[in-house]
Amino acid sequence: MKIRIKFRKNGVMKFVGHLDVMRYFQKAMRRADIDIAYSGGYSPHQVMSFAAPLGVGITSDAEYIDIEINTPITTKDALKQLNDTMVEGMEVVAFKQLPEESKIAMSIVDAADYEVCFREGYAPSGNWEEKISSFFAQEEIVVWKKTKKSEKEVDIKPLIHTISTKDGKISMQIASGSANNLKPELVIEAFANYIGFDLKEFSLLIHRKELYANIGDENQKELISLENMGEDIE
Amino acid sequence: MRKQALTDEILLSIDKPARYIGNEVNSVKKDLKDIEIRFAMCFPDVYEIGMSHLGIQILYDMFNRMEDVYCERVYSPWVDLDKIMREKQIPLFALESQDPIKEFDFLGITIQYEMCYTNILQILDLGQIPLLAKERGEEFPIVIGGGPCTYNPEPLADFFDLFYIGEGETSYFPLLEAYKENKKKGGSKLDFLKKAAQIPGIYVPSFYEVDYKEDGTILEFRPIVEEAPKSVRKEIVMDVTDTYYPRKPVVPFIKATQDRVVLEIQRGCIRGCRFCQAGMIYRPVRERSLEMLKQCAYEMLRNTGHEEISLSSLSSSDYSQLQGLVNFLIEEFKNKGVNISLPSLRIDEFSLEVMSKVQDVRKSSLTFAPEAGTQRLRDVMNKGLTEEIIIEGAGKAFDSGWNRVKLYFMLGLPTETKEDMVGIAELSDKIARRYYEIPKDQRNGKVQIVASTSFFVPKPFTPFQWSPMSTKEQFIEKAKIVKEAVKAQLNQKSIKYNWHEADLTVLEGVLARGDRKVGKVILQAYQNGCIYDSWSETFDYGKWMDAFESTGVDIDFYTTRERDLDEVFPWDFIDTGVTKEFLKREWKNAMDEKVTKNCRMGCSGCGATIFNGGVCFEN
Ligand code: SF4
Repeated sequence: MKIRIKFRKNGVMKFVGHLDVMRYFQKAMRRADIDIAYSGGYSPHQVMSFAAPLGVGITSDAEYIDIEINTPITTKDALKQLNDTMVEGMEVVAFKQLPEESKIAMSIVDAADYEVCFREGYAPSGNWEEKISSFFAQEEIVVWKKTKKSEKEVDIKPLIHTISTKDGKISMQIASGSANNLKPELVIEAFANYIGFDLKEFSLLIHRKELYANIGDENQKELISLENMGEDIE
Repeated sequence: MRKQALTDEILLSIDKPARYIGNEVNSVKKDLKDIEIRFAMCFPDVYEIGMSHLGIQILYDMFNRMEDVYCERVYSPWVDLDKIMREKQIPLFALESQDPIKEFDFLGITIQYEMCYTNILQILDLGQIPLLAKERGEEFPIVIGGGPCTYNPEPLADFFDLFYIGEGETSYFPLLEAYKENKKKGGSKLDFLKKAAQIPGIYVPSFYEVDYKEDGTILEFRPIVEEAPKSVRKEIVMDVTDTYYPRKPVVPFIKATQDRVVLEIQRGCIRGCRFCQAGMIYRPVRERSLEMLKQCAYEMLRNTGHEEISLSSLSSSDYSQLQGLVNFLIEEFKNKGVNISLPSLRIDEFSLEVMSKVQDVRKSSLTFAPEAGTQRLRDVMNKGLTEEIIIEGAGKAFDSGWNRVKLYFMLGLPTETKEDMVGIAELSDKIARRYYEIPKDQRNGKVQIVASTSFFVPKPFTPFQWSPMSTKEQFIEKAKIVKEAVKAQLNQKSIKYNWHEADLTVLEGVLARGDRKVGKVILQAYQNGCIYDSWSETFDYGKWMDAFESTGVDIDFYTTRERDLDEVFPWDFIDTGVTKEFLKREWKNAMDEKVTKNCRMGCSGCGATIFNGGVCFEN
C-alpha cells in the first residue's frame, strides 16, 4: 500500500541535514510501529523516498516522504502514533494513501512555494518592498548560476511563477524538482542586485510552504499539492 | 521555541551543527523550578564519540529518574566551534537547556582514555571555569571525574574536586544527598568535600599530600584531613540485573559511532590476561540475567527505533547464557529488519552457525586477538588462545565459506624477542596455508588476512604495571621487523600488515602511569594549543614535547624505567579488590612463563571475593 506522508520541520530541526532527517524517519517508523515494507537482503532497507531535499537552515511546512506499508492503518492512528514519537519541531500533518500506480514524489515535483524574510538587522533600508513588482516585471532576470563544472548566465524569469511581498515577507512560487530547479535564495540575490543592495551571508530566513506536481502539461500547467494526490484512510 | 546557545549564523557556519542543538529523541526535558541539583554530564570528545558511550546513557537515565535532579549532556565542541567560542567568549553550554555549564551544581566528566586529558581542560576553559581546582570559588560547579582512567587519577589531581572510583550506580545517591544537605545548612564547598570524602568510592585529591624520594619515586602518600581515608575502595554493583539500565537511550540525529542499541551482557572478565586493565579492575565477573536482557532488547529497540542491536562485554563468549540470548535476538528481531551485530566470539559450531545467519559470509571477517606471535609470549601474558585453537577455528570458518581474517597483536610486551615478532608473520602465514588446503574449486577466491599491531602500554593495576615500556624508536624498529617478516612469508600477498602510531603510545604511557607531577605537563600542553590528541589530524607531538621540556618532566622516568617490586605507585591508595600481592604473583608467573587458570576453571585468589558475589561465588 503506497502512502504519502507530509511533515513540518521547524525550530532547531532546521540544523538537521537531509540525510539525517531520512535516518530520523526510518527510526520514527519503527518507534511508531508503522508496518513499513523492506527490501530484501542481509541489510534490508525500508521502502522510503523523500520528495525534495531541504537545505540546512531552511524550515518547512511541506516536506514529503513516500513509503510502502504492509498492514493498513487509518490516517488518524498513523498520525497519532507518529506524532507521539516526534521531537519538538517535527510534526506529521498528513498520512495519505496514494493510488497504486502513483509515481514517487521525487519524480513529479514541479514547483514550490516559499516564504522568505530578512533576518533581523540584515534587511535593506528604505521601502524595498515596492520594488518587487517592477523587479518581476522585467523582461528577463539574468543570474550567474554555479554548476559543478562552471558558472554560467541563465535567465531565471521563466522559473519564477509568482512573487509578491507583504509585511516584510516575500512569497514566491518557483520551479522545483529534477527538470528545472530554482533556489529561493537565488531569486533574492537577483532582487538584491536589482535594487543595488549588498546581500550578506546568513541574511535570509527561508521557509518552504508547499510542493506541487504538475498534472497538466508543459504549456498548460495544472499544479496540485503533493498532499492532495492521496486520500485519507478511514 | 527551544533556546539556542549559538546563533543561527554560528550554527550555519560550522560542521555538523546538529551536534550542538540537543532536542534528540529521548533527551530529557525538565522544568527547572522543580530542580535542586543540576548535573552536567560530560564526555570530553566530539559528540558522535561521546553519544556512543553506554556509561553516560546509564548515568543520564539514573540521574534523571531522580525528581529533583536534572542531568544534561555536554561534549567537546569540535575545533571549528572551539575557535568561534573563544573569539566570541561564548560559555560552553549543556545540550538540553542550552545553559552555560558554569551555572550547574556538578560537572561530571567521564575519562575513558588518556588521550582526552587536554580535552578535559578545553571543557573547563570554554566553560569559563578555572582549570585548577584550587582556583575555583564557591560559585563554580563541583568537578567530578569518573571512568577507567580514574584508576590512576593522579596526573589529573590538580583539575578535579573529586574523583568517583568505580561503577556509578551506587555512591551517587549518598553523594547528592550530602550535597543537598550541605546546601540547606549553608555549608561551604570544603564542608561538602569533607562529607564526600567519607562516602565509599570518593577520592578528594586536595585532601592528600605526596612526598617524593630523591629518585623521584613516592616516599609517602597520605591524607592531610581527618575525613579522608587512607585508601579508597572502588564502587561496584553486585546485582547487575536488578539495577539501572536505560530503556529509552537518547537517539542522536547525526550518525554516532555506535548507532545502535547496546546490551551490556556482563561486567568483568574471567580471563586474567596480564596486560589488560579492564580484566583486573572490573573483577569479579557479574552476569546480567537472560530475562532482563531480553526485555531490555525489546524495549530499547521499540523506544529508539534503531535498526541494529549489539552485545557488549569484555569477553562475550564467556557469558553463560550467550546461546539463549543470541538465538532469542535472531528469532525475535531478524525478520523485523533489525541487524544483529555480533561481538567477536570464540570460533566454534555455535558461533559459525549464528554468524552465517546474521552476516553475509563473503563480506564479513573472522577476528582473533592472539596478541602475541608465539606460544611462549602468549603464556607470559596469560592469553589462553593457542595456535591450534586459531588454526582450527579459522579452518572451520574457511570450510564454511569465510575468507577474511583480522588478527590483533601487541608489540613491546615484556620478555619479547625477535622470534615473537617474526611469529606474528608466521602465524598469519599458517592461517593462510590452512586456507589454501581447501581444494581450489571449493575455495571462495583468495584469503585476505589483516594483521594489526598496537604498541604495549603498561597500565596500573595489571601484573604488567612493573614492566618497562619500549621507546618510540624501539617500537618503530619492532614494527619494521614484523613488516620484513611478513614479506618473507610464502603467502605474503594475502597478508596485509598495519601498525599504530608510536608517538601517541609514548604519551599514553606517561599519562597512564603518571603521578601528580605530570599534571603540569598536561596543563602546559593544553596551553601550547593541544586538544583532540586522539585525533590524528589535530594531534601535535611537537607541542607535547615542548611541554615536557619546559616543565622539566622526564618521559623515560614514566615509561622505560624498570620499577622496583616494592615501589609505591601513585595509584596504590586505590583498592580495586584485586590485591597487590596477587599482581606481584602474576608478574612472577609471567616471568616464569606460567599460565594462571581463569576464574571458572579455578580461583587464583585475586582478592575480589571481598565483594561477596559474582563469579567467585558461582559454585
Ligand atoms: S577471587 Fe578468584 S574467582 Fe574471584 S575474581 Fe579473583 S580469581 Fe576470579
